[in-house]
Amino acid sequence: MTCDEAEILLHALLDGELDAGHAREVEAHIAGCPACAAQLNTYREMSMAIAVADLGYAAPASLRRRIEASLPQAQAPSPSRRSVLKGFAMGSAASAIAATGLVAIVLRNDDEQRIESEIVSAHLRSLQAGHLTDVVSTDQHTVKPWFNGRLDVAPPVIDLTAQGFTLIGGRLDYVDGRPIGAIVYRRRQHVINLFVAQTASTESRGPKMETIQGFNIRRWSDRGLNYWAVSDLAADELAEFGEKFEAAMKSSAAG
Amino acid sequence: MPVNAANDDPEKARRFRDAALPHLDAAYTLARYLLRDANDAEDAVQECYLRALKHFDNFRGTAIKPWLLAILRNICRAEYARRAGSPTAALDEVRDETAQTPLWHEAPETPEGQVLRRWDADTIRRLVAALAEPFREAFVLREIQNLSYREIAEVAAVPVGTVMSRLARARAMLRSAWLAEQEPSK
Repeated sequence: MTCDEAEILLHALLDGELDAGHAREVEAHIAGCPACAAQLNTYREMSMAIAVADLGYAAPASLRRRIEASLPQAQAPSPSRRSVLKGFAMGSAASAIAATGLVAIVLRNDDEQRIESEIVSAHLRSLQAGHLTDVVSTDQHTVKPWFNGRLDVAPPVIDLTAQGFTLIGGRLDYVDGRPIGAIVYRRRQHVINLFVAQTASTESRGPKMETIQGFNIRRWSDRGLNYWAVSDLAADELAEFGEKFEAAMKSSAAG
Repeated sequence: MPVNAANDDPEKARRFRDAALPHLDAAYTLARYLLRDANDAEDAVQECYLRALKHFDNFRGTAIKPWLLAILRNICRAEYARRAGSPTAALDEVRDETAQTPLWHEAPETPEGQVLRRWDADTIRRLVAALAEPFREAFVLREIQNLSYREIAEVAAVPVGTVMSRLARARAMLRSAWLAEQEPSK
């Protein structure tokens, strides 16, 4: 392999796009060519610097609202909701509308509770030996890329070691029949699983603290993602974790 | 916004919403980099979502993000053409295959690692924005959107080999631009 060829192919190597055979060829060339090895190093540094910098832009809230408003409203109730509705003997259209709102709220809470108890089960499963992490690293730049291609959403991975919560890795889990990202932190001897799933709703929802089977869950939503932090930590410390995480998200979005 | 009857299917709208809305930030980011203007980017993204909903029945792939970004990219190109006042001047057209200057000019022993680590977001954004369009597009799709070469090829409607060479050029230019930036302060 010539340096000219390697100059192009080392990018594919860096991006993990080469098949094993070509990767070996490029690596063999680089092993014997200091100039190409230096290039690979520099580009690797560059990629890392770029990943750290977070060059994305957040869509303005006004744009989000305009797009949501332009979509046809999905109001078709599912059959199960219809049957629940039938349980209410409605007299007037006005009370029907009022009841629809009520039922929607009731169902959403049911759904939420079911998902939360699944989250707790996933947390319990993760505590069994050998189930906690698929990727073990205290480096957010190792954990974050690991999720690429495994989920259709890139969960934010934030190192909170300085704030007293050590990042120990990530894991792919299943909740509500779908793959979901779990980012694992530790505080003293307590494990915190932070589950992240995308949601169609883009509204931000403030934190809600719940206790299920003795575990505390702090749930919140931000920018199209739902978060559930689960731990046997005391509620105030889990709240602190959530606040530190949200603060770090805000500062990384602003920076 | 008028909604034509064909799109007035709540179930389809719900599926579209679930699939496409989580990529709104990604779409807006690509539009910002391609159009280099916040207002134009908003308009392009809104247009993209309307068109995507209209053609959602044709979406057969597994990953919606490249599909969505391909629609957006075509809208951005049309906007380029409108700005230039002529469809042929759509892009700062650059031949990938023309005789190229070497990708690597400087002596390789410069201790660049330390220098590169200090990149800050604003500087990188500015340098990326200065890249010629095909290179900027490839770079943003790879480094910011985390698309695979195959997906980038789909979005940019070029062969995978072209994606690879554009990325190599983009990174080489970015690196040179960064080093040039550092020169005066040394």
